[in-house]
Amino acid sequence: MQIYLPIAEVSVNAFLLLGLGGIVGVLSGMFGVGGGFLMTPLLFFIGIPPAVAVATEANQIVASSFSGVLAHLKRKTVDLRMGTVLLIGGLIGAALGVIVFNYLKAMGQVDLLVKLCYVVFLGVIGGLMFFESLRAIRNTKRGKAPQRKKHNWIHGLPFKMRFRVSGLYISVIPPVLVGIAVGILAAIMGVGGGFIMVPAMIYLLGMPTKVVVGTSLFQIIFVTAFTTMLHATTNFTVDVVLAVLLLVGGVIGAQIGTRIGVKLKAEQLRILLAIMVLAVCGKLALDLLIMPAELYSIAEGGH
Amino acid sequence: MRIAAFLLALVAGLPALAEEVVLGLSKDTVSINTSFDGSEILIFGAVKREAPIQDDPRLQVIVTVSGPVETFTVRRKEKRFGIWVNTDAVEVDSAPSFYAVSSSTVLGLSISDTEDLRHKVSIPRAIRSVGAPDTIADATRFTDALIRIKSRSNQYQLNEGTVSVDEQTLFRTAIELPAALTEGDYQTRIFLTRGGEVISQYETSIYVRKVGLERWLFRLSRENALMYGLMSLAIAIGAGWAASAVFRMFRA
Repeated sequence: MQIYLPIAEVSVNAFLLLGLGGIVGVLSGMFGVGGGFLMTPLLFFIGIPPAVAVATEANQIVASSFSGVLAHLKRKTVDLRMGTVLLIGGLIGAALGVIVFNYLKAMGQVDLLVKLCYVVFLGVIGGLMFFESLRAIRNTKRGKAPQRKKHNWIHGLPFKMRFRVSGLYISVIPPVLVGIAVGILAAIMGVGGGFIMVPAMIYLLGMPTKVVVGTSLFQIIFVTAFTTMLHATTNFTVDVVLAVLLLVGGVIGAQIGTRIGVKLKAEQLRILLAIMVLAVCGKLALDLLIMPAELYSIAEGGH
Repeated sequence: MRIAAFLLALVAGLPALAEEVVLGLSKDTVSINTSFDGSEILIFGAVKREAPIQDDPRLQVIVTVSGPVETFTVRRKEKRFGIWVNTDAVEVDSAPSFYAVSSSTVLGLSISDTEDLRHKVSIPRAIRSVGAPDTIADATRFTDALIRIKSRSNQYQLNEGTVSVDEQTLFRTAIELPAALTEGDYQTRIFLTRGGEVISQYETSIYVRKVGLERWLFRLSRENALMYGLMSLAIAIGAGWAASAVFRMFRA
């Protein structure tokens, strides 16, 4: 069944969109990540204009994170204070990101920027995760307990604040910076940024694992909602029909994925996710390195 | 009214106009709704004449359909620091978003270069590009690329020999409109030629409009972007919540 998307102005198969949403949903349910970093490149591949894909994906992430945050609030696993600090950084970052995005769009470099961001971040995160989980698997085989660093340079910074739920007394500078970084990524890459924020919260801020996911979801909802509004009002690129189709597939897929995820071990999951992240990274890197079949591209509008 | 005035001017200018077009369209409005997947328009007509049919040179018919004119920026990639980056850009000042030209024989035989230049019939003539920067020596490659890319997605079509002409009087052709279509008035022109000279011209419009939900969403997103953004968020959250509720119900 073909469906004409009113904002993207292309006609695509509705079942293809539901299916894509479903597959990415299964993966995101399995690994506990938003899946934006997979969905946005997939939308490029099926011919959705990159600007529309990024803006629409932000809209979809708001919705898919919403029920998750409700569940975490009920279980009291959200550090609202830390979430708010991250959020302030996130809003600043998102505004910066949309400005950079619009500037580079006018320069004709937005595709390059988005793809480079993907290659760099997916490469770094995927690589780190891969080696970290390899080490963890080796350690569990040797019977060593995993250890966490307690003190680092973060504790020397000023503007300290007490975060009761996380049991931390640290400077607000690192969380604000993490928030800004994630906000910029949300605006440019059309991702929630959980794949950056979760490791940063655990390894950099030293937050307890049980509040990390809820708190990051809390921040992601507001930042991506803000990003959606910025894209909708400055670029007119949010396609609500596309968002709803991806979402319906995604929500159902996520429920199935969660069930599969429970049956696998944490280290195994992490290594699978790392391989997948590296695969997407490799594909995008090849696109940049290999000479394209068509050297020219057209965009509507003048300079 | 405009067309009538135009025809009147044409008749006044050429008192000895021997052959004229009488035109029909299978539809003059294309509606883009949710299930829109391209459309086909049948253009048919007859030649009205007072004098007996002239056999040589034979009558040829050219039909052009042109979408709204837009400005495009064409960019070229070059290898910089090991990766392929957009570098040079040329602005094509006015190019139709869609352009189809159909003719009863090879286009070069149907119309002479001079007439093509005057009436802007062939695809390269329908595009106007002036502002290429001095640093770019090969600006024509950019317009060629525009035509190549647009032709690949069926946005630009050269259909030679697809207009059938019976007894030099009745003609018909079908134009395939692709799924990715922009809204606007699609200017449709019919040229009658003999020996490469245009002897009669007729113009009309096909209206391409988004309708129903498509139209409502598109207009809201442009005219009241804030409202549209908030609504998109609300709808997406609602749909996500409903989908998980339905799934839970199935599981229970």
